[in-house]
Amino acid sequence: MRSYLPDYELVTLASLSEALALMGREPGAWKPFAGGTDLMVLLEAGKLPHKKFFSLWHLQELRGIRVTPEAVTLGSLTTYTEVLSHPLLQQEFPLLCRAAAETGGVATQNRGTLGGNIANASPAADSPPVLLVYDAELELVSAAGSRRIPYHEFHTGYKQMRLAPDELIRSIHLPRARPPRAHYYRKVGTRRAQAISKVVFAGTARVEAGVVRDVRVALGSVAPTVLRCFDTEAALLGKKIDAVTIADAQAALAAEIAPIDDIRSTMNYRRHVSLRLLEDFLRSSQGGNGPSA
Amino acid sequence: MPDEARKVDVACKVNGRDHSIRVYPMARLLDVLREELHLTGAKEGCGEGECGACSVFLNGQLVNSCLIPAAQAHNAEITTIEGIAPAESLHAVQQAFIEAGGSQCGICTPGMIMAAVNLLERVPQPNEEDVRVGLAGNLCRCTGYTKIFEAVVRACRQMREQVRA
Repeated sequence: MRSYLPDYELVTLASLSEALALMGREPGAWKPFAGGTDLMVLLEAGKLPHKKFFSLWHLQELRGIRVTPEAVTLGSLTTYTEVLSHPLLQQEFPLLCRAAAETGGVATQNRGTLGGNIANASPAADSPPVLLVYDAELELVSAAGSRRIPYHEFHTGYKQMRLAPDELIRSIHLPRARPPRAHYYRKVGTRRAQAISKVVFAGTARVEAGVVRDVRVALGSVAPTVLRCFDTEAALLGKKIDAVTIADAQAALAAEIAPIDDIRSTMNYRRHVSLRLLEDFLRSSQGGNGPSA
Repeated sequence: MPDEARKVDVACKVNGRDHSIRVYPMARLLDVLREELHLTGAKEGCGEGECGACSVFLNGQLVNSCLIPAAQAHNAEITTIEGIAPAESLHAVQQAFIEAGGSQCGICTPGMIMAAVNLLERVPQPNEEDVRVGLAGNLCRCTGYTKIFEAVVRACRQMREQVRA
């Protein structure tokens, strides 16, 4: 049933410092509200228990994509549309553009934000596995100051994260200048557009003469959080890609993920698809270092 | 606090006209348009951003108005299907939907047309993939989409000819 609207507050603040001051005064009392693509759905369904929100949408301090020789820094309010139209992201971080293109339709891409996607902490989110394989770091900010945290340490359990009640995600840093590598992204859902994933797989690999020199693997919808698969990567590093290596990596991945049965899919299907996607990723990474899949 | 005191003033420009409305901050823009301003062109299909029937332009961007809280529409310029063409005339996309049979029951049509107009603004000469991606956020349960895609191609051709003429 629909929520009772008079119960809800949504205040607009003039600046980031005002927002941080508000959060600092009563930690946890006020929660941020970005593009609304998740929270408005919960509101309409009568499943939004928190009542007091402040709007981030107009805060310019959280917008913009900055490029330096070392890194690309995306403001947490960067929308999927902004990701898709950025030439450098298309060139150096193609998986982020692939994930953005797979996230809803144009209207959702205009409103959905990377920071919102991270803080919503859905294990089925499309972009976070990509941020994991690109070794993203988050900059978190509060009235007391800011700190950086590797993204793979951020999610600690289902909808649990290392974000204090008075902190906001300010930006996402993606390190640049890594050697060329193969990029792989597959979202498996009920249909191409709009569907929430049953399994989402992101990977990058640098393969030289058939030997894995560098590899990153991350999945969504197979554990309580999006998951960087370090054990699977360790099973691959320095190995020649052949049937034995693929089987070993699949065994490592099977041990690393923890899929469940839910409304969108089953544990068995998710496990099966995850292992097959890993094989497809490894086989397609042998051919060269161009974008694949 | 009494309920009324929770309302906020939202000033916005809708289809070129200035409005100031007193609404709950989390009221959906869709409901504000339909119930306060009596612009009933935008439809509610799913109410959760899946179907696109409530599509409008917010500061020139295509959005699902069911997912926009009224407070975030403050100082915004909004265009609905009612404002897509001057009074008593049709936009080339509307005309093309009629000619191609792109509308059956009509519930998806306003959103479909908004998405198509938005697509042609961004990509004046779309290929088939562009049309499919541009309309991927709009669901239709009647037409099977083929007639809708034909309408967009037809509108695109007509708009090109208008520019030439």
